[in-house]
Amino acid sequence: MDKTKDSGTNLTKNNTTVERKSDRELVVTRTFKGPAHVVFNAWTKPELFQRWWAPKSFGVLLLSCELDARTGGKYRLVFRHPSTGEPMPFFGRYVEVIPPKRIVWTNDEGEEPGAVTTVTFEENAGETVVVLHDLYPSKEALDEGIASGSTSGYPMQFEQLDELLVDLEASMDGRTA
Amino acid sequence: MVQYREPVLDATFAALSDPTRRGVLEQLGRADASITNLAEKFHMTLTGMKKHVGVLEKAGLVTTEKIGRVRTCKLGLHALDKEAEWIERYRQLWAERFDELDKIVEELKLKEKTHGQNKR
Repeated sequence: MDKTKDSGTNLTKNNTTVERKSDRELVVTRTFKGPAHVVFNAWTKPELFQRWWAPKSFGVLLLSCELDARTGGKYRLVFRHPSTGEPMPFFGRYVEVIPPKRIVWTNDEGEEPGAVTTVTFEENAGETVVVLHDLYPSKEALDEGIASGSTSGYPMQFEQLDELLVDLEASMDGRTA
Repeated sequence: MVQYREPVLDATFAALSDPTRRGVLEQLGRADASITNLAEKFHMTLTGMKKHVGVLEKAGLVTTEKIGRVRTCKLGLHALDKEAEWIERYRQLWAERFDELDKIVEELKLKEKTHGQNKR
């Protein structure tokens, strides 16, 4: 009903920022109210990871989640696509895992070489700044990801993104009402 | 500046939801093309391609210009902002994820507190 009240202000409340740093790089930044080792655990322990990596609003179901979060270890996530019901695996290798500071992994599910994701955790006064950095093998690979609506780990097309936005707006309305 | 209010976004994302239309944009990103060219490239009838181009045009992603008997298509101004829109969506996805992560961090912090007290 009351759509005017929340005109856009909620969109920045979490301070999740995304920047296309260069032709080949996307960077996501966010601060969490907790020490680095706690945040780090939520990225490396499957039972925690699977609780936030695919929130309900994504519209995909996380069927399985295997994380061997050690340097040289592997990970494998399987989602179920809501419209086709088909399982979609996402997998790769941990290039580097330094608790509780840094995780680097590859995204190997595509036919072409995928992005390399680096996440750093920097603790300061009990808060942790998480910086996620996706480095694509080429400008074309990132452009392609953008054009198709999918980039590393996003089992989504634009229609679903659209639905997501609607959901988000609905839940925002709910919150402010 | 330009505000991406819903109707614009709706038109844009509806236009982008079709693989052929995304292909057309990609193609036009490389070079302008006539509707006939595009129809051939995508193995479609002229009428079919005209429809697709019409949708893209309405969304501002493509502009067309008739020169003589040939209608030439090129990327519209709006197409340049496609990336900005996409990045905003991408940001929202992460924000959504991180909201969930926030809750878990909060929960773990509490757990740690009680555990820590037990240990000592």
